[in-house]
Amino acid sequence: MRLRTPLTLVLIFLCLALFGMSILIGPAGLSMADTLRAVFLGQGEAATLVMREIRLPRAILAVLVGASLGLAGAAMQGYLRNPLAEPGLIGVSGSAALGAVIALQTGLVAAWWLALPLAALAGALAAVLLILLLAGPRGSSLTLILAGIAVSALAGAMTTLVLNLSPNPFAASEVVFWMMGSLSDRSFDHVLVALPFMLIGWVLMLSLGRALDVLTLGEDAAATMGVSGIRTRMFLVLGIASSVGAATAVAGAIGFVGLVVPHVLRPFVGARPSALLWASALGGAVMVLAADLAVRLILPDRDLKLGVLMAIIGAPFFLHLIYKTRGEIR
Amino acid sequence: MAGAAQADAPARVVSMNLCTDQLAMMLADEGQLISVSHIALDPLASPMVAEAEKYPVNHGQAEQIFAMRPDLVLAGVYSDPYTVGLLRRLGVEVVQFPLERDFDAIRSNILKMGEVLGRDIHAQAMVAQFDSDLALLQADSGAVPSALLHYANNYTSGDKSLAHEILIAAGLSNVTVDAGMTFAGSVPLERLVLLMPDLVVSGQVYPGASRAEEVLHHPALRSLRARQDGAALTDAEWVCGTPLVLRAVARLVYIRRRM
Amino acid sequence: MTLLAIEKLTVLRGECPVVDHVDLSVGAGECVGLIGPNGAGKTTLMRAALGLERFKGTSSLARMSAPERARAAAFLPQSRQIAWPVDVETLVSLGRVPHLPRGGTISATDRDAIEQALHRLGLDGFRQRIATHLSGGEQGRVLIARALAQQTPLLLADEPIAGLDPAQQIATMQVFAELAREGRAVVVSLHDLGLAARHCTRLVLMHQGRVVADGQPDEVLTPELVAQVFSVSIWRQDSPMGPVFQPMDVL
Repeated sequence: MRLRTPLTLVLIFLCLALFGMSILIGPAGLSMADTLRAVFLGQGEAATLVMREIRLPRAILAVLVGASLGLAGAAMQGYLRNPLAEPGLIGVSGSAALGAVIALQTGLVAAWWLALPLAALAGALAAVLLILLLAGPRGSSLTLILAGIAVSALAGAMTTLVLNLSPNPFAASEVVFWMMGSLSDRSFDHVLVALPFMLIGWVLMLSLGRALDVLTLGEDAAATMGVSGIRTRMFLVLGIASSVGAATAVAGAIGFVGLVVPHVLRPFVGARPSALLWASALGGAVMVLAADLAVRLILPDRDLKLGVLMAIIGAPFFLHLIYKTRGEIR
Repeated sequence: MAGAAQADAPARVVSMNLCTDQLAMMLADEGQLISVSHIALDPLASPMVAEAEKYPVNHGQAEQIFAMRPDLVLAGVYSDPYTVGLLRRLGVEVVQFPLERDFDAIRSNILKMGEVLGRDIHAQAMVAQFDSDLALLQADSGAVPSALLHYANNYTSGDKSLAHEILIAAGLSNVTVDAGMTFAGSVPLERLVLLMPDLVVSGQVYPGASRAEEVLHHPALRSLRARQDGAALTDAEWVCGTPLVLRAVARLVYIRRRM
Repeated sequence: MTLLAIEKLTVLRGECPVVDHVDLSVGAGECVGLIGPNGAGKTTLMRAALGLERFKGTSSLARMSAPERARAAAFLPQSRQIAWPVDVETLVSLGRVPHLPRGGTISATDRDAIEQALHRLGLDGFRQRIATHLSGGEQGRVLIARALAQQTPLLLADEPIAGLDPAQQIATMQVFAELAREGRAVVVSLHDLGLAARHCTRLVLMHQGRVVADGQPDEVLTPELVAQVFSVSIWRQDSPMGPVFQPMDVL
């Protein structure tokens, strides 16, 4: 409802700046002048190809994937009223990856391109439903983490199995991509596959602002304030499954974004869940853009996985949160 | 190719390596070769599947090979050293063939195969045929278009590879080597695109699916490929150094002449 | 005007009725004290009346659509949940959500309601304080203020004064009594029989899921009924400020 304007402006500025850097920086080592001519005027056939077909879709995907993960984290935390809830940590991303891998290896994707996001969505959906069922409406930390460990482990094992059974000699080594995520060599094909599902997810989750605010007071109070529990739950589950599923289908499972971003931004929005939704979407985009830039700068030729960087940043946050909430863990 | 074997030629020969399989099938006397590796039946790696189907296959394991009571085992230098060592300790003669990184290595491996099989004359004839066929393919000269060798994971072959030699033999230049990337390995896609090769020679796609191969269909490469006529793909004929590489050269020459 | 009409309301847990054929009607101007020992069914009755529990029978509130109900009755649950460290003003303003148009923001009317609620609970100086950092009793008052900000004709409060200090308990009951005098209605469950008798216009005594007495404090808090339901003796004395009830000994 109330947008914290300075924060929003800062996040938008960061997002634009990092987007620009993402376009400008890459292993091809083009000059700024060449880059700008290629992007805006289409001058220089090779440079234009690099800009329009390689760097631009990559930067756009970073924004889309980051916004989806940040938003999903904020929505899930708001709904479960638990700052430890995050799609990556509780196995939603991992299950989406499993869905995507199954669709790819069975040849469904080759037959019908929508099979990829739909299968990832189905995987994510199954995981969200399972987690909500196990953790209950209030999502106590202990059951949430335990259920998350089980779902993550199962999804990871099944993904490994499917890739190991693949007749493709490269597939087995790609467990790393599906579990850690990367944006390298993505194209507009991937943007087009993911975008519609992400948009649907965003609309569903952003429409929950008021419901999540009121849920601060608990389920009973929320229900007597005109918030429909069933509608909220349905929008949340479909929103998370749709956006996280699409993000994972094209970029693999990238963890910790939905944990770190809402955690960092919460104080800036006065802890209000509705304001945190918008802020976390922007913040997620900023974080993934920055991380994707970092992997290109740190190890330009080695395709350092995004999830590795996220874990290095995110795990200390997670441990800090556990430490802070350990008294409440039931 | 069959003819009288030399008196001291091995009578029971087992090949456990894809490349020795092919040379042995080309050069061995009737009944001399008793088994080839199971990879010889894989159409993605072996250009001689139909021929290989006439032989029992082995899976490169010492126990199985020893049970075939071979006089001679043909292996590659990179065949499992434990298997090779075990066979030798069991008293089986094992001859290892080096990888063919250029056409000279092809010639010397053919002659070596002829020698160990006791088929020297046939081997010499095969080398002569190889040289005259190659000369025929290289008869015309003219513009030298640049070509990019592009495999899964943005892998490209350097200048010490058979694939590089095939490009050169076909009258093409290897664009990554020309740009100073003489190593074999992964190169960021955008650096490859910036080289703007006249021809993209892509690695083959295996069944199933992988992200590593997805890059072969990246739109940036699709745009590059749109400038050439017909798809240039590497296949089983690019894998081993045998006279069959000339078929790969011939296909590239055909594509080059239409450019 | 009747603000709540409950007829033959029954809630079953398995075979066992925890609320058993309760009839209750609350009109404007009433401050109804819902009393009874633990497990008498007070909480379940309130939740069922609001449609939060499955039940047999009828409840005028449960029949309404969710948005209608949110403007007809506010509910203060027994458990004091404040999930996030929001400031007091933000928390209280949540009470206005049922009145906001789709996508709309807080209007002057809403501001006014929030101010009034904060003022009534003596929270003027607490606006910018983080609600989760307050003491339990202060949190309780903030949550009452939230329910008041909803400005509904009827307020259902489940043990709102538990854990408050004596002054805050009295002040809170006075707020409820005042609401009733203004023409609204309050149903409040509580364990303090003395406060109930002093501030409520009417008491409803529950025992084992049934309403066993319903009327003026003097009619409900008879030594016989109190002994039967609570197993305590009660001492009654008229004072210049009205009758005083004090439970004395466990029987």
